[in-house]
Amino acid sequence: MFGIPQNSFYFMLTVISLLLIATAVRLILRSRNSAKDDTELRQRIHSWWVIIGLLFFVLISGETFSIVFFAFLSFLALKEFLSIVPTRYADRRVILWAYLSIPVQYYWVSMPWYGMFIIFIPVYIFLLLPMRMALIGETKGFIRSAGIIHWAVMLTVFSCSHIAYLLKLPLKNADAGCIGLVLFLLFMTECNDISQYIWGKTFGKHKIIPKISPNKTLEGFLGGLVTVTCCAGLLAPLLTPMHIWHGFLAGVIISFSGFLGDIVISSVKRDLQIKDSGSLIPGHGGILDRMDSLFYTTPLFFHYIYYLYY
Amino acid sequence: MNRVLKILFFGVLVKPLVLVVLGLHIVNRRALPLLGPAVIAANHNSHLDTLVLMSLFPLSRIHQVRPVAAADYFLKNPLLAWFSLNIIGIIPLQRKHCRNIEKLFKQCHQALDDKDILIIFPEGTRGKPGQMGSIKKGLFYLLKDRRDTEIIPVVMRGLGQALPRGEALFVPFNCDVIIGNQLRLPDDSKEFPRNLAEVYKELSRHCLTRAGMEEDEEVEETE
Repeated sequence: MFGIPQNSFYFMLTVISLLLIATAVRLILRSRNSAKDDTELRQRIHSWWVIIGLLFFVLISGETFSIVFFAFLSFLALKEFLSIVPTRYADRRVILWAYLSIPVQYYWVSMPWYGMFIIFIPVYIFLLLPMRMALIGETKGFIRSAGIIHWAVMLTVFSCSHIAYLLKLPLKNADAGCIGLVLFLLFMTECNDISQYIWGKTFGKHKIIPKISPNKTLEGFLGGLVTVTCCAGLLAPLLTPMHIWHGFLAGVIISFSGFLGDIVISSVKRDLQIKDSGSLIPGHGGILDRMDSLFYTTPLFFHYIYYLYY
Repeated sequence: MNRVLKILFFGVLVKPLVLVVLGLHIVNRRALPLLGPAVIAANHNSHLDTLVLMSLFPLSRIHQVRPVAAADYFLKNPLLAWFSLNIIGIIPLQRKHCRNIEKLFKQCHQALDDKDILIIFPEGTRGKPGQMGSIKKGLFYLLKDRRDTEIIPVVMRGLGQALPRGEALFVPFNCDVIIGNQLRLPDDSKEFPRNLAEVYKELSRHCLTRAGMEEDEEVEETE
């Protein structure tokens, strides 16, 4: 349909219907209790419409456009990260080099040159950035800056570029097409975020890590784990080359790692004493707030299926 | 004609660049006045400060937003002077050797009479990156006989790291633009810098950006 492989097309329709249901539920809740302020929920759902609309548009528009789009997301995330952490005046030129790694890394994706894609940032950029810093010659705070900048590039560029590489893997499930894997990963990760939140809100009692995130509960985590594992098992044969059992395991990996990504970025924000990393996405916060779990789920999911099927 | 050029410059170039390459974290945008006479009193670290502040206004209002800028710097060479006066629409101000206060502020008063919105940097200079300079009293003397003028304090952070003084290389960073509520002009000129400094300090609590702020500075700040 419209050049979109059949399963991916029906899946996109399903996501849109889910959003329609969410919008309808919000409207019904509001008409029942109009005194309650629902600005945040309204903004959240509205932002979801924009995100989903943009994502589907990009994925339909083709591979190259999608890769450019993910590169741009990396840029926004890296920029946000490097703005909220303390950096030195002397780091400006190094940071420019860090930005320049984005087009290069996504160029390897577009080729696709797997060998280079997988070592470029962990090896070459890792060695290059401190070298550039040494040439500038400011030694006060050197170690900290080297750590911050490379960590930021690993999370926002290296991790994130794995989403784009999913589009370049050989076609194994013709009914889903290459975008099936991207849809599967993104939907499962967000499904994990949302279901952990809902389970936690409804049944949450025992806090897992009160120091970092007081809202995270064991009940929420387990509820999310079960929900995502079931969904992943059922959707895997439709959207990916995986059979159902591998799908279940993919669900477990995504649920666990999504949780970890969330608490890692939460720790960063806690250290900086900020609640949100930005205000780019109304109702959600900054781009890091939305992509936190993806930084962990993306490379882990990628290497899981890469090992099993490619 | 100049108005068209100004709208084009901001609509086609500045606004998209500020949106995509910089990225702003704006707090309390509603407090921004759309009609003059008003003064935006912002801290100053970078040439980008002016462009970012102006980009916050709708294109239909932008011809009435006038930055007050140093004549000795911006009118130095003819090209920059033409650009500053016609595209940005600055009000040039003689920073040095001016004893006659009425003559000094003549164009500012004229603009306020025309219901323009002035952008004024009370520190008078861009100063060191990431640091707040001492606040001068010029703004007080400009407004002491026109107390009906709205004064909106604004704190910006991050632009000093994106394009600091004396650097030609631009590096993208997100920036905070924290807009305060209307400031009341004190009766005494000595109180003015102190009041404004306090407001700035209060507003900078909302900042997310730490770029360009080294750890030890930060420790000082929290104490």
